[in-house]
Amino acid sequence: MGNTLMIMRRELASYFATPVAYVFIVIFLIMAAAMSFYLGGFYERGIADLEPFFVFHPWLYLFLVPALGMRLWAEERKSGTIELLLTLPIKTGEAILGKFLAAWVFLGLALALTFPIWITVNYLGDPDNGAILTAYLGSWLMAGGFLAISSCLSAATRNQVVAFILAVVVCFLFLLSGLPMVLDLFRGWLPQVLIDTIARMSFLEHFNALSRGVIDVRDVVYFSLVIGVWLIANRVVLEMKRGG
Amino acid sequence: MIEAKSLTRRFGSLLAVDRLSFEVEAGEVLGFLGPNGAGKSTSMKMITGYLPPSSGTAVVGGHDIVSDSLAARRLMGYLPEGAPLYGELSVGQFLAFVAGIRGFAGRDARSAVSAAVDRLDLHEVFNQTIDTLSKGFKRRVGLAQAILHDPAVLILDEPTDGLDPNQKHQVRRLIRSMAEDKIIIISTHILEEVEALCSRAMIISRGRIVADATPTELVRRSRYHNAVTLMADRLETAASVLGELDEAREVEIREGRLTVFPSGRGRLYEAISRTLAEEGIEVSEIQLEAGRLDEVFREVTREEAA
Repeated sequence: MGNTLMIMRRELASYFATPVAYVFIVIFLIMAAAMSFYLGGFYERGIADLEPFFVFHPWLYLFLVPALGMRLWAEERKSGTIELLLTLPIKTGEAILGKFLAAWVFLGLALALTFPIWITVNYLGDPDNGAILTAYLGSWLMAGGFLAISSCLSAATRNQVVAFILAVVVCFLFLLSGLPMVLDLFRGWLPQVLIDTIARMSFLEHFNALSRGVIDVRDVVYFSLVIGVWLIANRVVLEMKRGG
Repeated sequence: MIEAKSLTRRFGSLLAVDRLSFEVEAGEVLGFLGPNGAGKSTSMKMITGYLPPSSGTAVVGGHDIVSDSLAARRLMGYLPEGAPLYGELSVGQFLAFVAGIRGFAGRDARSAVSAAVDRLDLHEVFNQTIDTLSKGFKRRVGLAQAILHDPAVLILDEPTDGLDPNQKHQVRRLIRSMAEDKIIIISTHILEEVEALCSRAMIISRGRIVADATPTELVRRSRYHNAVTLMADRLETAASVLGELDEAREVEIREGRLTVFPSGRGRLYEAISRTLAEEGIEVSEIQLEAGRLDEVFREVTREEAA
């Protein structure tokens, strides 16, 4: 565990030593606000809740999380530091987890910095703060899912742009897998059982309830599984690509 | 001790390292020599646990690099080719991170870092961002990272590549100062470095060992070993006279210098000086050659390629 934390700290130090952290946070906040006020009609609805804020998070993450995650392994491969990192006496899993946690904690920080909107809604009315907290945690959990996908695909290439595009595409499929547009791709050559499974894999489906403040254990388990499975896949990709 | 046992690595159809077997004892400085692409770096990557071997293995200090990788990695310090570093960190931050991973905490970590900083003379750049450092300093930070935990085994891939002569000298002095009780493996294609630094040289070509001896022994294999090279007026006359000597096997004039190769009978140098004096040939420069490593290197690596 110690090694994981040390890798996480080093990674976070790197974020804040470069403009990456600040640029990301500023863009994240601007976009989150713009989406809730212009697209969501935050004021016009006249309801004191944060639904217009949370409902756009999947779309916000679709581009911003791959942008954060694309460098996780591709950069290490490109600069050769991966050789330094993986010849230190640490387990590969510790390195993966440490880097993932750093990015996830950072996303949590960006999310926490949206607190003015929470203050605003409390000033304007009397919202259900428990539901808001649940929605925040749900949003963070979903961000972890996007991030695990991005991390895994970042390990597959030394080119960050390729990593970004791959991650956006896969995240997009996961986001929309419940919609007919995606399901039609599989219909005809996959058995119905699998199509139903794919339909149930949708991030949107599982985030919907959470974003309204409803904790369904199945949704929490779902996102945890997504993170776990993609991080395991990350390890497999990394071991396969070693020195290749 | 390091023991490589039939270490082999394939990349697709390319056989990069072909059944490499050798042993290295503490106190040895082993130089990996070889043309580019000979398999030097690949071998080092396997020994340090980065690249899994396709077959075979190596044992470092009793720990198998495949089945007991973590324990083996603890014993080693490694400078990868090109000295990759986390450029956005400061030297201090970076070394503190490595110290932490190497199991140092609190005061121990600080003293390990400061010992490495002392050794590589990094005080003036301690708080500077690594990306802003010169190549020489970056290389030294890479070395500091490798020696931080005073490892029993040091593996350095081209430690002096791209450094200026002063920096090269400094790095060599450092390596020599640590050589006594450690195993040090360096790879290089600078031949003078092998003569200056290594107690043993291993020439690798196409993934196989083609020579393994002390640098002195290797030099002796050169046809220039014990030959005499001189500059004189009337070079042609000198060549024909000296060619007649019983002590000489053959003579060769190249770039205004005459080289006389020994036949192995008698003392060539004395015979030459005596003859030249008798003939009244003016000599401006004369030297007894120890042998030329570059020639041996070309010889053994070319044979392989052919």
